[in-house]
Amino acid sequence: MPIDKFETLQSTAIPLPIENVDTDQIIPARFLKATERKGFGDNLFRDWRYKKDGSQNGDFVLNDDRYNGSILVAGKNFGSGSSREHAAWAIYDHGFKVVVSSFFADIFKGNALNNGLLPVVVSESFLEKTFDAIEKDATTKLTVNLEAQTITNQALGLSESFEINPYKKECLLKGYDDIDYLIHMKSDIESFEKK
Amino acid sequence: MQPKTLFDKIWDAHVVKQVEGGPNVVYIDRHFIHEVTSPVAFTGIENRGLKVARPAQTTATPDHNVPTIEQDKPIKDEESRFQVETLEKNCSNHGIQYYGLGSQNHGIVHVVGPEMGYTQPGMTIVCGDSHTSTHGAFGSIAFGIGTSEVEMVFTSQCIMQPKPKTMLIKVDGELSDGVTAKDIALYAIAKLTTSGGTGYFIEYAGSAVENLSMEGRMTLCNMSIECGARGGMIAPDQTTFDYVEGRPFAPKGEAWDKALAEWKELKTDSGAVYDAEFHYNAADITPMITYGTNPGMGVSVQGNIPSGADLEGTDRISFEKSLEYMGLSAGQQMLGHPIDYVFVGSCTNGRIEDLRAFAAFVDGKKKADRVTAWIVPGSKVVEKQAQEEGLVEVLERAGFKMREPGCSACLAMNDDKIPAGKYSVSTSNRNFEGRQGPGARTLLASPLVAAAAAITGVITDPREL
Repeated sequence: MPIDKFETLQSTAIPLPIENVDTDQIIPARFLKATERKGFGDNLFRDWRYKKDGSQNGDFVLNDDRYNGSILVAGKNFGSGSSREHAAWAIYDHGFKVVVSSFFADIFKGNALNNGLLPVVVSESFLEKTFDAIEKDATTKLTVNLEAQTITNQALGLSESFEINPYKKECLLKGYDDIDYLIHMKSDIESFEKK
Repeated sequence: MQPKTLFDKIWDAHVVKQVEGGPNVVYIDRHFIHEVTSPVAFTGIENRGLKVARPAQTTATPDHNVPTIEQDKPIKDEESRFQVETLEKNCSNHGIQYYGLGSQNHGIVHVVGPEMGYTQPGMTIVCGDSHTSTHGAFGSIAFGIGTSEVEMVFTSQCIMQPKPKTMLIKVDGELSDGVTAKDIALYAIAKLTTSGGTGYFIEYAGSAVENLSMEGRMTLCNMSIECGARGGMIAPDQTTFDYVEGRPFAPKGEAWDKALAEWKELKTDSGAVYDAEFHYNAADITPMITYGTNPGMGVSVQGNIPSGADLEGTDRISFEKSLEYMGLSAGQQMLGHPIDYVFVGSCTNGRIEDLRAFAAFVDGKKKADRVTAWIVPGSKVVEKQAQEEGLVEVLERAGFKMREPGCSACLAMNDDKIPAGKYSVSTSNRNFEGRQGPGARTLLASPLVAAAAAITGVITDPREL
């Protein structure tokens, strides 16, 4: 499935200052029974977002009216655990285009990139300052520029460059996916198999 | 020639192309699929008007969603049933070997693959499941992938991956009685933390690793992902060859001799350099148990929960949140804490050796009344073997009943859910919040620690019973 193009994004952000947020928290296993890729956003962070009786947990940031935006800022080692791509689908389906953290788990990072969700790795100090800034002022905006590979907090005058594999960057800028690439490699793969 | 690690040798031999400024196009020898992470990939290729390119290199079994009782009856949960039926239909449409409920070879995908002889040294193996790392026990490069990548394998038998860095974990010396492969894994993860292996592929070596059975090696490699590493592997040796030989899909006759000659070359060259190395002494490893909500939060069963006094900022918030969820306190002793459930099973510890160890421990003893125990074999083959070896009778005499194969309470997608607030000593791989059911409190441990807790009803050192 071709992915949505990503160039630049300026948005307020939702802070989740918790470390090691695993994919079971992002979307619990009992919501993986669908056979189609849609609607997973409804169950994003399900067990943090809702109480046992199904009512909203007012303490959880996604239920806090002060915070909105299409950037999720999370503590280090985001997306650990299960390889379920449903985690990336759920975050994207909920309306996020970027996840910012100081560290991402491998499989999650790959899954995010394959779905047009941009993982932006920042330094610990940028992350801490960003959490502080958003906590003090929920209207704090972040700007992510993929071409320039920068993330900026204008209000603080804080900017960092982030790394991304040049091939993956091109895919996101143009909205290509790996399957298109692999389909075009058919004859190379066949010759490899004959070796 | 530059000396190479085992990982580099196998990886490099499978690179079809190095994309400029990008990942490697890596050829995949063996692909396993299950019902949860495959349906969207099938829909994806069908929307492109494609068929699975190499159906003979993919094998399927439903495991995550299946009930572990009354498997001869239709699955009651409508969504689960539909997902399992969808897998069967997709496999039939694309000519993929499917071991469904009712098949004598049904089971957890990471138990079935090795026992059928699909898993062999030197291979690249993927599955839409992070515990695919299990198959690295055979000296293969095996790792979990997302559904987009499952679709890539369907389309081209390749995936696109940046090459990971290499890490050596060497464990020398002899393990003490009561210490198992699971304890090595929990010990190493506690040292490395839940993210310390991210970006790496591990090779396990050293005498303590070489002395493990294939089952033990699978347990160790299985847990590699829990320190963030994509996978873990062990150089194949006579133990490996003896396990593979004669299995249904293992090479036979001349093909076996040829394969064996190649497999014997699969080892790290002397002088090869790893990007990171950790050396542990087997004598320092004791039976382990976790106290928190990630697998890196583990201590010796004789130990105490850390005080957390040195933690600051988000580290402190995360530590406190974790203990609050677990209903445990900083500094608390683990021994003697009451438990409610015991779960033995999963792709980590659902093999025959695990059932043997559990059964031998509980033989002649009685399950504590307060404990509900779920003993779930990893496959129909394991189940049959346990019956033939008389383990089922031993278990029943001690008050335990064996269920039917599946992932079960490891991730609680079926009805095997631990109730909120209850403590479960579990031989599975993850203690994340809600992993075994909403609000469930998981304490990861070996089958022996699980057996000791099942008998006493409290956290117990198996060496003291």
